[in-house]
Amino acid sequence: MTAAFAVFSAAAIWTGWRVFRTDSMVRASFLLLASFLNVGAILVLLLAEYLGTALLFMMTVEMVVMALFMVMFMMNPAGLNPMTMVHQPRVALAAGALTTAGLGAVAVAGDFPDAPVDPAAATIRALGVELLGGSMLVFETAGVTLLATMVCAVILSSARGRYGDDDEGSVAPPLEPGGDHRPEDDLVADGGGGHGHMHHGGH
Amino acid sequence: MTLVTVLLVAAVLVGIGVWGALAQQTFVMIMMGIELMVNGAILAGAGLWAFAGGGVPEGQVLVIVAMAVMAVEMAIGFALVVAVYRARQADMTEGISSLKG
Repeated sequence: MTAAFAVFSAAAIWTGWRVFRTDSMVRASFLLLASFLNVGAILVLLLAEYLGTALLFMMTVEMVVMALFMVMFMMNPAGLNPMTMVHQPRVALAAGALTTAGLGAVAVAGDFPDAPVDPAAATIRALGVELLGGSMLVFETAGVTLLATMVCAVILSSARGRYGDDDEGSVAPPLEPGGDHRPEDDLVADGGGGHGHMHHGGH
Repeated sequence: MTLVTVLLVAAVLVGIGVWGALAQQTFVMIMMGIELMVNGAILAGAGLWAFAGGGVPEGQVLVIVAMAVMAVEMAIGFALVVAVYRARQADMTEGISSLKG
């Protein structure tokens, strides 16, 4: 089992690193999915079978949706252009290394209690009883939060703005009938200053 | 497979996520960095539950909350990316610099 854990953790870390090094959009999403699948496998090894399986299912769908968004937003057809566009690379590397070092120091030097999970215990049943018993509020709040998220996502991404459709300019109505529209309430890009459509190098 | 090794793997995942989220320019890749960070957090939570928590169900509830947070963050994040693109035609962080000092 230690060998399986070593393989899964190495694969999770390697695919996680490759996400930011690959040139193809969909491949980046699927590499992230591979990282999640490996973590899910480790969770199953840790005897958290429900959590591992839930992670496997959830992440499969989420990463495929993310692949869709990558294709929508990144003009990199079929990985023909180099996709590595980074800013502040050294700061980011230092921050990542510092985070790993700090958390690793806590992991090594921390004084954690020794209470391993009992392999014979019915942990999934206990989780079910807990979710619908003592943690019912958590469960219900998560449900309402997800509903609010769905509503917010639809509102945020809808084409219809406060004052009309996005395509027609969506400007605020004038204060007096027949007057000029209120420019400070314009929701479409602010005059000349806001148009920052970046053309990626190599196009 | 001890607690320390699981937590070290989680720490490396979080570090890679931080590096990716800070270095990438496009919003989608930044979100992938954030996802990796939550991935590491979930692994750490499950590891602590398995080795130091004694298998109490509340530990699993915490990991479930983290997974729900990841789903919520991804949905709202991508809705915001779409909204920002509609308003400012920006798909990279350098495209929305009106608050830059």
